Amino acid sequence: MLEIDLRVTPLRELNRRLHALQPGSNERHWHIAHPGGQHAIAAGLDAPVTVEIDGHVGYYCAGMNAQATVIVRGSAGVGVAENMMSGVVHVTGDASQSAGATGHGGLLRIDGNASSRCGISMKGIDIVVGGSVGHMSAFMAQAGMLAVFGDAGEALGDSIYEAKLFVRGAVKSLGADCIEKPLRDGHRQALHDLFARAGLEGQIDPGEFKRYGSARKLYHFHVDHAGAY
Amino acid sequence: MCGIVGLFLKNPVLEPQLGALTARMLGTMCDRGPDSAGFAVYGAGAEGAIKLTLRGPAGTDFEALASAMREAELPVALAVHDTHAVLSLPREKADAAAAWLAERAPGIGIVGRGERMTMFKEVGMPDRVATRFGLAGMAGTHAIGHTRMATESAVTIDGAHPYSTGADQCLVHNGSLSNHNNVRRILRHEGLTFTTENDTEVAAGYLTWRMRQGLPLGDALKACLADLDGFYTFVVGTENGFGVLRDGVACKPAVMAETDDYVAFGSEYRALADLPGIETARVWEPEPATVYFWER
Repeated sequence: MLEIDLRVTPLRELNRRLHALQPGSNERHWHIAHPGGQHAIAAGLDAPVTVEIDGHVGYYCAGMNAQATVIVRGSAGVGVAENMMSGVVHVTGDASQSAGATGHGGLLRIDGNASSRCGISMKGIDIVVGGSVGHMSAFMAQAGMLAVFGDAGEALGDSIYEAKLFVRGAVKSLGADCIEKPLRDGHRQALHDLFARAGLEGQIDPGEFKRYGSARKLYHFHVDHAGAY
Repeated sequence: MCGIVGLFLKNPVLEPQLGALTARMLGTMCDRGPDSAGFAVYGAGAEGAIKLTLRGPAGTDFEALASAMREAELPVALAVHDTHAVLSLPREKADAAAAWLAERAPGIGIVGRGERMTMFKEVGMPDRVATRFGLAGMAGTHAIGHTRMATESAVTIDGAHPYSTGADQCLVHNGSLSNHNNVRRILRHEGLTFTTENDTEVAAGYLTWRMRQGLPLGDALKACLADLDGFYTFVVGTENGFGVLRDGVACKPAVMAETDDYVAFGSEYRALADLPGIETARVWEPEPATVYFWER
């Protein structure tokens, strides 16, 4: 395991080394100490490596991630795993706003709460939140699954496209064109599989969730809905 | 942008370190607000005494000013901090001193007034501003600081935070208010005075007005949610209190940390990363439209 202390090593040097990793590199397991809330730690990775970070991170940690597994033992600032393409990002604490924003793929697991705009404009990323999510989560969400074990704030799934939202607790309000839908066997299976990928298999019953998705009345323009735009 | 830091000590053992801790927090937020900086420190007060923090043009001879005030039977004690000076004087002489200054020293502004609060602000990089005023050497129970990236008004002292519109009260703000002109008009009608056209001064005045009506700090902050339009993260100091409020959309960042020894606020976690015991502190993001306050 490679040990990097961010009190000693400049962040840009760390990120340069991570970006330089070639396929087949033996530098597959990195441990980062003292992140100190710095921004863009382990952003832009594109290699099948594991990066473990001990402590709280700032903005855009593991942004644009591809292939890599990034574990944050602490809380994350704005935009953790934003625009993730593949791989896994796991935050053991809370995440600030816009967690997993615009993500195309991969899995984002947050053990604590995520604040507002979690999964905003998600495009295929799967997000599992152990706590609650804040307002405007899954705004304009296009594809992927968002599963929330706690509650959701105001305007969940506003202007949603085809992402699938699952909330176990209360939803303060649904956004425009987002409706509750029946939870069918296929959805339970999909949730079960998602929890298994997140390492949470058997810990939570997929049947306890409610499903929310698009009423599909807003994203095709219809003059009767002009007032909703 | 703009950066905010705040530190409210619960453990008196840390009080001698208040300034040093706040200076480090403020320095971390330089890149969020390189235009100007300011801070308010709640230090020890003396029975029956008021502190006036004055700001003068560079080169102001505060010693001569204090001598002239003493000759006018205004018994002031003086502590000079670069372009600012703190005058301590008996409470019953405070209004007379303010009137004397307005008449005899029109170039000198009173930036803060209170039993315990002293306030300093200057244009320039926040870490240099803190060094010029000697923040690291100041002791006290709580402090609030601000680093400004100017958006609503020019890069001048008048645009620098904190703003104080009442004794021992101050406010710093990240965001911008959209109805400040109307609220300022209402508050002027209620007898408040404003020295700038800045939106943040209106928020400070609004809280002063509400607390003057008898509302406790927490209720005064709650009233902001109905009456102030725009986006904001506020951190507020009173003689014995420390409050935080974010608007309902909460697009301006905020992180808080609490231990048995202190409550701390930072626009980003970076500002809190060097605090003692932060590794085991409860760290959280304050909820939108939710009032947080602590009083001793």
